[in-house]
Amino acid sequence: MDLTFTPEEEAFRDEVRAFLAENLPQRLSDKTRRGQHLTKAEHEEWHAILNSRGWFANHWPVDWGGPGWSVMQRFIFETETALAHAPRILPFGVSMIGPVLLKYGSEEQKRKWLPRILDGSDWWCQGYSEPGAGSDLAGLKTSAVRDGDHYVVNGQKTWTTLAQFANMMFCLVRTSTEGKKQDGISFLLIDMATPGIEVRPIRLLSGDHEVNEVFFTDVRVPVENLVGEENRGWTYAKYLLTYERTNIAGVGSSMSAFEELKEIARTERRNGRPLAQDPHFAARLARLEIELENMKTTNLRVLAAAGAGAAPVAESSMLKIRGTEIRQQIDDLMRRAAGQFARPWVPEAFEGGWNGQPVGPDWAGPVATQYFNNRKLSIFGGSNEVQREIITKAILEL
Amino acid sequence: MDFSLGEDRQMLVDSLGRFLSDRFPFAARNAVAFEGTGWSRAIWTQMAELGAVGALFEESVGGFGGSSFDVGVVFGEIGRALVTGPWLAALQAGHVLAAAGEVEGLASLIAGESVIGLAQEEAGTAFDPAAIETRATRVGDGWVLDGVKTVVSCAGSLDRLLVVARAGEGLSTFLVDKSAPGLFVRDYLLADGGSAGDVTFAATPGVPVGEIGQAGPVLEQARSLALVALSWEAVAVMDTLRAMTLDYLRTRKQFGIPIGKFQALQHRMATLALEIEQARSAAINAADRYRGDRLERERAASAAKVTIGKVGSLVAEEAIQMHGGIGMTWELALSHYAKRLIMIGHELGDEDFHLARYIELGQEDAFALA
Repeated sequence: MDLTFTPEEEAFRDEVRAFLAENLPQRLSDKTRRGQHLTKAEHEEWHAILNSRGWFANHWPVDWGGPGWSVMQRFIFETETALAHAPRILPFGVSMIGPVLLKYGSEEQKRKWLPRILDGSDWWCQGYSEPGAGSDLAGLKTSAVRDGDHYVVNGQKTWTTLAQFANMMFCLVRTSTEGKKQDGISFLLIDMATPGIEVRPIRLLSGDHEVNEVFFTDVRVPVENLVGEENRGWTYAKYLLTYERTNIAGVGSSMSAFEELKEIARTERRNGRPLAQDPHFAARLARLEIELENMKTTNLRVLAAAGAGAAPVAESSMLKIRGTEIRQQIDDLMRRAAGQFARPWVPEAFEGGWNGQPVGPDWAGPVATQYFNNRKLSIFGGSNEVQREIITKAILEL
Repeated sequence: MDFSLGEDRQMLVDSLGRFLSDRFPFAARNAVAFEGTGWSRAIWTQMAELGAVGALFEESVGGFGGSSFDVGVVFGEIGRALVTGPWLAALQAGHVLAAAGEVEGLASLIAGESVIGLAQEEAGTAFDPAAIETRATRVGDGWVLDGVKTVVSCAGSLDRLLVVARAGEGLSTFLVDKSAPGLFVRDYLLADGGSAGDVTFAATPGVPVGEIGQAGPVLEQARSLALVALSWEAVAVMDTLRAMTLDYLRTRKQFGIPIGKFQALQHRMATLALEIEQARSAAINAADRYRGDRLERERAASAAKVTIGKVGSLVAEEAIQMHGGIGMTWELALSHYAKRLIMIGHELGDEDFHLARYIELGQEDAFALA
C-alpha cells in the first residue's frame, strides 16, 4: 500500500504546474473561476496552447500526436489544470470522435480528420440523442438512405452541445429497421454546412444557450463519411461512451470548486460568525469534504486497476454517479452560502468584460445559474439511473 | 501508487482466513458468541500463534508488523469471520504499553499468554476522554483507583486491564490485575455477540504505565489506530453482506423470476456497491494518514468513522430489507453480520461524535492558519 506519487510523477506534476503558470492566460482562468462563459475563440485559444506543447490529445497514441502518458499522468494533468482554473478541454473532437476514428476509421479518414482536430480546423458536435431516444439511445429514428454515392439523412437530433459553434457532427443514424434495433445503426460524419441542416437553440432553465436541436431534411452525406461498416455503428457509439473515463468523476474540478467553497465559508459571515462555524453549514461542508476525500481515493484505485490492465466497468459508473453527485452538492452549498444574494439574476455578469457593480458579494452572482446548469451532470453521459443499471449488470451477472 | 497489500501481508491474510474458515465457521462462531464469556480463548491463542496479535505491533517492541495497514488486514479477517473477543481493546492497551516501553507486558500479550483489555469509557464520558472521572490516588509507594468503567470489552474474562484514570491534571494509565482487591465486574453479553462488563474499582491497586498525567496523546493515537482497525473490520463485514445479498438476488425467485431482475432492487444494490467502495477508500485513507502528522491522522480517522457509520447503517438495513423475511432470522448468518455492522457504529464514538470532531479539527487547522 502506497498512496504517494512516484518521484517521476511528482516531477511530471511540477512540469504541468510550471507549464500552466507560464502559459495559461489569466484572462481565461479568471473567467473559468468565475463561472463565466468562454467564447468559441477562447476555447480554441486554449486548445491551441495545449496543442503547441503536444498535450491537447493527451490520450492519443504517440504516432498520431499523443504524448504517451500513463493513466496516472493523465489524471495528474486533469487535476492540475482544473485546480489552476484552466478551461476544460472540450471533448467532442479530441475525446469522442478522435478515439472512434483511431479505432474504427479508415486510414484515409484518420489522415483527413485527426490533424484537423489537433490544429482546431474542425469543431465537432455529437449527434446522438433524439426526442424519442434518450436513455434508450438505440431507439433512434433519424434515417439515412443510400442513394448512389450519398446517404440521404432525415430526422432530428437534440441536446446537441455547442452545435452553434460546430462545423462537423458525428451522428448516429438508422440504416436498417430489420432485426434488433442496435443492429441497424450507422455512424456518419456530417458537414454542418450541408443544405438541409437547421440548428435551433434550446434555452436551458439557467438561461444558458448551450444545447441545440438539429433538424435534417434530405441532407446528402457522401458515403466516404461512413465510419466502419454500415449497421455496425452501435459498437462504435458504445466504445465512445466508455473510452475516456479517467476524468469521469471530475475530481479535479470538484476539488477546485470545493476550495472556493471553503474559502467562502471561512470569510463569509452569518449571524456574527464565519459560515464555517455555523453548526448546520459546517456539518454539510464536512460531510461533503469527507465524501470528496473518499472519492479521490476511489478514483485513484480505479486508475491503478486500469493501469494494470483491468476494465473497470462497474467502477467507472460508480465514479460517474458519485462524482456528479459531489459536484452538484458543491453547487448546492455555494447557493446556500450566498443566502439572499443567490436570487438576483444579472446575465451580463456571466460574460467576460462586464464591469457593472455586482449585487452582494461578487462570487454570488453565478451560483444560482451554475447550480441549475449543473443539474445536467446526473442526466447526461448516461443518466445516473442508467449507470446503476450498468453497475448491477456487471456485479449481479443475471 | 500501489493499492496491493504486499506479499507478507497477503500471506497473513490468507493464513488467518484459511484458519478461521476451517476452524471457526459461522456455526462454531455463533455457538461461542452468545454463551458464557462470548469469545473463545482457544481461537484467540491459535490466532496469536498464527501472528494475528504480533502483527499489530512493531518489531522494536517484539511484534512483527505494527503498520496501520497490518492492523487493518488483521481486523479485516476478524470482521470476515465475526470473531468476538477483546481485539480492539488489546490493540489499544498494547499500543499504550509499547509507547511506555513496557515490552515485557506486551510480550505475553503477543504470545497469547496474557490478555489485556482497556477500561476507558464511563457512564458520563460519551466517548470524550476529557470527561473521565475515575481517580487515581497515591498511597504509600503505589497507586489505588476508584471509579466505575462501563461496557469494558470482555471484562469478566481477561487477565489484566489497562485503566484510564485521572491523577490531578491530565490522564494516566494503570495496569490492574484482574484478581486485584476491590475490583468488581458485572458482565453481560452484547447484541452482536461477545461480552463486556461494568467494572467497579474501590481502592484497587494499579501500576502506572508511562508518565502520570501524560497519557492523553498516546490514548488519542491508540484510538486513531483502533479506528483504522474498526474501519477495515467494517469494510470486510460490508463485503460479506454484499456477497450474500448479491447471491440472494440471483437465486431467490418471486413472480417467476430472480428478484435481482427487479429494477427497484437493482438500483438499491448499485448504490450499496458504490457506497462500499467509498467506505473502502475511507478505510485506506485512515490507514495511510495514520503515518502523517496529528491533525491529518485524526481527521482521516474521524472521516473514516463518519463514513463507515453512514455506510454501515445503510448496508446493514438494506441487506436485511433485500432479503425480506429470511433476513430477519437468527439462523441466517447475514443477520449477524448486519448486527455487527450496526454495533460497530457504537464503538469508539458514533457518526455524530466523529463528524463534530472532524469539524473541530478542521477549524483548528483553518483558523490557526487564517
